[in-house]
Amino acid sequence: MWEYAPAPESRDIANLKPTYRMFVDGQFVEGAGEPLKTVNPGTEEVLAEVSTAAPADVDKAVKAARRAYDRVWGKMPGSERAKYIFRIARLIQERGRELAVLESLDNGKPIKESRDVDVPTAAAHFFYHAGWADKLGYAGYGPDPKPLGVAGQVIPWNFPLLMAAWKIAPALACGNTVVLKPAETTPLTALVLAEIIQQADLPPGVVNILPGAGDVGAAVTSHPDVDKVAFTGSTEVGKLIQRQLAGTGRKLTLELGGKAANIVFDDAPLDQAVEGIVNGIFFNQGHVCCAGSRLLVQESVAEELLEKLRVRVSTLRVGDPLDKNTDVGAINSREQLTKIQQLVETGDAEGAERWTSACPLPDKGFYFAPTVFSNVSQAMRIAREEIFGPVLSVLTFRTPDEAVAKANNTPYGLSAGIWTEKGSRILWAAQKMRAGVVWANTFNRFDPTAPFGGYQESGFGREGGRTGLEAYLDV
Amino acid sequence: MSENRISVAKTYKLYIGGAFPRSESGRSYPVVDAKGAFLANAAQGSRKDARDAVAAARKAFPGWSGATAYNRGQVLYRVAEVLEGRREQFAAEVASSEGVAVKKAQSLVDAAIDRWVWYAGWTDKVATVLGGTNPVAGPYFSFSMPEPTGVVAVLAPQQSSLLGLISVVAPVIATGNTAVVVSSQDRPLPAVTLSEVLATSDLPGGVVNVLTGRTAEIAPWLASHGDVNALDLTGAPEAMRADLERSAAGTVKRVLRTRPSEDFTREPDLARLRAFLETKTVWHPMGV
Amino acid sequence: MAAPSTSPSLPPALADAVRDDASLRRFLHGLPGVDQVGVEQRAAGLGTRSIKKAGKMWAIDTAIGMVDLTTLEGADTHGKVRSLAAKARRPDPEHPDVPQVAAVCVYPDMVETAVRELDGTGIDIASVATAFPSGRSSLKVKLEDTAYAVDAGATEIDMVIDRGAFLSGRYGQVFDEIVQVKHACRDAHLKVILETGELATYDNVRRASWLGLLAGGDFIKTSTGKVSPAATLPVTHVMLQAVRDWHTQTGELRGVKPAGGIRTTKDAIKYLVAVHEVAGPEWLTADLFRFGASTLLNDLLMQRRTQLEGHYSGPDYVTVD
Repeated sequence: MWEYAPAPESRDIANLKPTYRMFVDGQFVEGAGEPLKTVNPGTEEVLAEVSTAAPADVDKAVKAARRAYDRVWGKMPGSERAKYIFRIARLIQERGRELAVLESLDNGKPIKESRDVDVPTAAAHFFYHAGWADKLGYAGYGPDPKPLGVAGQVIPWNFPLLMAAWKIAPALACGNTVVLKPAETTPLTALVLAEIIQQADLPPGVVNILPGAGDVGAAVTSHPDVDKVAFTGSTEVGKLIQRQLAGTGRKLTLELGGKAANIVFDDAPLDQAVEGIVNGIFFNQGHVCCAGSRLLVQESVAEELLEKLRVRVSTLRVGDPLDKNTDVGAINSREQLTKIQQLVETGDAEGAERWTSACPLPDKGFYFAPTVFSNVSQAMRIAREEIFGPVLSVLTFRTPDEAVAKANNTPYGLSAGIWTEKGSRILWAAQKMRAGVVWANTFNRFDPTAPFGGYQESGFGREGGRTGLEAYLDV
Repeated sequence: MSENRISVAKTYKLYIGGAFPRSESGRSYPVVDAKGAFLANAAQGSRKDARDAVAAARKAFPGWSGATAYNRGQVLYRVAEVLEGRREQFAAEVASSEGVAVKKAQSLVDAAIDRWVWYAGWTDKVATVLGGTNPVAGPYFSFSMPEPTGVVAVLAPQQSSLLGLISVVAPVIATGNTAVVVSSQDRPLPAVTLSEVLATSDLPGGVVNVLTGRTAEIAPWLASHGDVNALDLTGAPEAMRADLERSAAGTVKRVLRTRPSEDFTREPDLARLRAFLETKTVWHPMGV
Repeated sequence: MAAPSTSPSLPPALADAVRDDASLRRFLHGLPGVDQVGVEQRAAGLGTRSIKKAGKMWAIDTAIGMVDLTTLEGADTHGKVRSLAAKARRPDPEHPDVPQVAAVCVYPDMVETAVRELDGTGIDIASVATAFPSGRSSLKVKLEDTAYAVDAGATEIDMVIDRGAFLSGRYGQVFDEIVQVKHACRDAHLKVILETGELATYDNVRRASWLGLLAGGDFIKTSTGKVSPAATLPVTHVMLQAVRDWHTQTGELRGVKPAGGIRTTKDAIKYLVAVHEVAGPEWLTADLFRFGASTLLNDLLMQRRTQLEGHYSGPDYVTVD
């Protein structure tokens, strides 16, 4: 047997500091909230203490953002804004490995993903939107579309830096200023991004970053001087925010949960479909709102596909997020791990057939072995609820119409996957999908040029592409 | 070093396929400043240099047009970074070539760098803005997308030696074309320095090829060349324009006939990007 | 079409596939497609595995033991083959613990020399045959070519398929040729060279892989080394998937040999990772995986020294043969 020796990325690269502070009006300052301790989910060790914002801090940050908007950023020519944003993109690239290691430490995702996906895509997002800053007249919203003002943004813990980039880059490109709250369990890379923003010499107050828990988020989204709210997270909280903003006239975009169907037809390129299924549900430990968590496979190839899938899943290496050979890292928090375990138990109880990879798991840290449920029916909770973990539910279908009907049979509508070698079937199925992103013969692809967002309870508004600019323009 | 140190003078050469050859003809011509004082000898590009430049541009085309738009954007932005580092050198060359004050020259250089950045940002947006889906009446999915036309011969403006040059070169390559550029005849030095910038950025050799020399001598060969897809007449001598267009008709080249008096200090529109793009429409049935 | 002689116990579906020309065609065209983007991403993804320390040392020694040390030049001489054989026996004279290579691979007229030089070493003698590298000759000549090499003592035959016949859809003809060459091999192992660089698509690579396996090839091999591109990681992925699927369906283990273009230890380790994770750990043996290479061996030896000595080595510290 060939054992790969451990190949851990050096943790020193992260330049981890014992304490982190919030970033307001161009300065790192102590927040008045109760400091939080952020934990490495791979080891359960405390990484750092992070100061959090109190309601008064939120007010201070919004005021700073307002000032920066009124005095500098809102009236700066787009071509000058562009150069600031290009600087941020470059600084992210330059400090890429540091950010990747820090992200893996704080979030638990494997270093190969933070290094090859999160960080480069974050840089690409700034790069792309930098280019828009002086081209907004070509975006299809009229010759000279105006910004909204101050954007209040709240992001989740599954892609901490990348979600910050998705939020901040278009806001800045369109001429808005920002108050952003990173997730409680993953504040660190957003605060390094704040450092980068400082290094890029952005005018004070253009970007403000306030760590904290849900209450800080609520204070940001409900602040009366915030002109636009953008939220990525659970559907439950999204509904609260939508209610909160009702009647205020403030612009809102929501990117919420999902229960995506990954449909495999019998003429699919099976080996690549297996890869796509694995990528769809085990990428980022399944902590992906658009994860392909429901596999719908045509009965005539179901057995063959499942066999291949189990063999492939068995090769996934679960463990130390910093090991370059780790495929599946740590679950982000004990709370999330418990939630996954509970939902998996309902799968057992409701009669689905559970298969779990025999891979070894580390003794410490929050880990969950890749799991595949077969014989799942639409009525089971594991087929309807977002598990947000490395758990796949497999259902079968007989005809394309049945596949489409089952795929759409959910209140969500974020993404879908289609696997077939037949082009016309891809386009037919894509047209039928009630989902904001449809991947055909691939899965979990993200690009700043491609709008991303959901139908129905997966939220509204899009991020990325020309369409994504709308969320930050007064149009 | 003492004040009377003798400086090292630069040899100004052509830029073809990523290398800096002298003209195969062995010729050069004196370049003088706005007051007539000698500045340098520039290579006097020939018919055969043009031929070599077209071959280099063609060779570079599959790679450059096949690169992702994001990658092209990164490369072009890198060019802007390197341009910024040569700001003073460009300002001096523009000042002497165009006979403007250093301050004015600096503002022209700044505008040129910003112009380059503007076009760098277009690489991954032009398809979104100019392409789209076609809601055809039938069970088909149809979309149209812009694609680069190929090798573009660019006769750079004669007056605006850097800002004008960059304003005509950047849009050609931003969309994935490759270029053979004939620089301003009497003000070629910024073009040679730009070549040096391109050579030390991440731009693949052959994507931009720069010829210095007599525009009237080289242009007809490019206009009639069978492996050139498009022609930008911006810097063409007035008397030759119609002839060059007629010549270009031999292989149905796309011809951009802009005014020779174009004001390059004004913010551009998409005209120069559109000029060298084809539109490709794709149809595919939709059905189970 | 001749009946396959080597897999008497094919499961019904596969036995049916080789019943006649039409069945074979139906079977090959019924294989699942290979998505180019997907397979290339997977190959690139596995290529980022970081193999270090003991795992790397194991990989280097394993790779050395999988090398088919090859010389296939018009300028080959007996002297050249003798020195190649010496290298095969003792790859690094200063480190006698370095494993021997798996085989040397030569043209048929050099087999006799190789046999003499490697007598008693356990190193296999592979010979290319069947009008290598183009395969453009009559079946009669190809069979005689094979017999000539086998008679001279070759223990392994690396044959080329008729790519022209394959690309024009005459699968039965390609199948028959492989079957007959296999027969002419007698006890020698048969490696079937697909020349994937000429097959152009991964779908074709998958079909040709199955064709080679159905016809009784002990190994399927990517390339002659005379056509560019030679071996690539994604092509090898597709072939590894084929032998794995073959094993699932028949219980038999067949081998894969990428050849040409693998020059560095880093590359070789990427291939081993693919073997490990695409086919499975049981394929990590010279019986089931080989590297067709000439310059790779020296890089493996240099890296081996680097591992042992703790500093980088240079080309002057390994022998040039």
